[in-house]
Amino acid sequence: MRQSQFEYRYRPLWERLEVTLKGLEGMGRPPADNLASFAADYQSLCHQLALARERGYSLTLQNDLNDLMLRAHRQLYRHRAPLLPRLAAFFARGFPQAVRRQWRWHLVSTLAFVLSALLVWGLIQHDPELVHTVVGPDQVADLEEMYHPDLRDTGDRDRADDVMMFGYYIYNNIGIAFRTFAGGLLLGVGALLAMLFNGSFFGAAAAHLSLVGASQPFFTFVIAHGAPELTAIMLAGGCGLRLGWSVLAPGSWSRVDALRRAAGECLPVMYGVFVLLVIAAFIEAFWSSRELAPQIKYSVGAACWGLLMLYLFLAGRRHGPE
Amino acid sequence: MRIDDQLHIDTPEGARLSLSLAGPIPRALAYGLDLALRGLILFLVSIPLMLMGGHGYGAYLVLMFLLEWFYPVFFEMLWQGRTPGKRAMKLAVVHGNGAPLTLNGSLVRNLLRTADLFPIAYLTGFVVMLISPRLQRLGDLAADTVVIHVPPPARARPEPGEGSEAPDWPLSRDDQLVLLAFSERAPGLSRQRQEELARLAFPEQPPAAALEKLRRVARHVLGAPGGGQP
Repeated sequence: MRQSQFEYRYRPLWERLEVTLKGLEGMGRPPADNLASFAADYQSLCHQLALARERGYSLTLQNDLNDLMLRAHRQLYRHRAPLLPRLAAFFARGFPQAVRRQWRWHLVSTLAFVLSALLVWGLIQHDPELVHTVVGPDQVADLEEMYHPDLRDTGDRDRADDVMMFGYYIYNNIGIAFRTFAGGLLLGVGALLAMLFNGSFFGAAAAHLSLVGASQPFFTFVIAHGAPELTAIMLAGGCGLRLGWSVLAPGSWSRVDALRRAAGECLPVMYGVFVLLVIAAFIEAFWSSRELAPQIKYSVGAACWGLLMLYLFLAGRRHGPE
Repeated sequence: MRIDDQLHIDTPEGARLSLSLAGPIPRALAYGLDLALRGLILFLVSIPLMLMGGHGYGAYLVLMFLLEWFYPVFFEMLWQGRTPGKRAMKLAVVHGNGAPLTLNGSLVRNLLRTADLFPIAYLTGFVVMLISPRLQRLGDLAADTVVIHVPPPARARPEPGEGSEAPDWPLSRDDQLVLLAFSERAPGLSRQRQEELARLAFPEQPPAAALEKLRRVARHVLGAPGGGQP
């Protein structure tokens, strides 16, 4: 069969597919008949493309058919599942299960944070001047101004400031968590450094403020939002380390495949990290900044930690993995 | 073996799908466009927000966060793998098997962007892209995605004309492809160049006659109506 006869015979089918595809790609609804025959049309298009190549029809025709097939392929294999039930199942089971599946990595990242914090805390208790090796002079002044009972001004903070700080916590903290995760891809170094640095900074700030007699304002401020915030940072660090390790020691997989698998398994945890940090930003902006009795603040903080740990350790244990 | 920028995928239907991969230059241009658009959005929205004091500044920071991390994800989901910059450069992101980009794929490739940015100006991503056989940066490798040209550059139609004649030699498949390619590309060539090419096919003829003969044979192969033996 000559090319023009071939084109003449199948052109109507290609035009029908074109109409269907335009509809599926979101430019108007395709007619119902077209949809019913879409899969069959696609299959015969595959056949015609193979014929066109085998018979040596012109490259233009081959390319046109290839493009049409590519578009049809993209529509046919598109995956759309209902969102809300999946979200509910994810937070009821999927997220804590995903965290527990890679608990070793989260343990490593938590240890990196806690040990560096304790080390710096101990060193500063021993020699208070050491705080300046970790925290810059401006930051020391900022910390004292924020938490020291004699220096800080608490009267003029209003709702607008809370909203502004909420935006800042979203921008800053979630950015840090995402960067920690991505930094892990550089052989784990980025994630590890982020954990060590954040741990040291936290240790230094806590030690310094307790030495200048501001530990109560500091801890009443951080205890509640610290639960979701610190947990989320540890989880992001753990995911980053897992990514880096998958490239360093892929085991029986190729490095790329190991990376792909690790990224796939870390992603559910990163969804959770995002949500935890949004919750943390809410608590930090609208609750932690309230001036309340320390007993209330400590009990709410303890409840936050307790609930979060119960959730991460126990939720979804009775269900099998998804 | 052919060395080109085509990615060939065998689909479950047994057909072979060819994608043309996009290199660093069009991708960098698309990124530049997106960056400019993000800056513009931020600037335009910041003017009313700045007048609102603390609330406005908080909203501005949230917007900055969203634009930095979720601008590409949002548009890649909305427009099937294309951000405005990619749309302008006629690029799209698809998975390595030719399937459309999923939310997870888009998130992975965009969250890991920071690693590609390291240490400055996408140096890591650029080097990885040059090493990778499918022109993928780190984020693409982890998400199993490729950036492709859609649609490939526009192609010429065969020139119209009358009369055809059967070739006087047994036609191989390669001959056929060359003749068809000639008839499609001839409109873009000068008359002199066309005659020069025609003389390669029919060296015994004068240039004008050789070109006329070549056109007639090409029309025969194309199967144009109006003359010649089918």
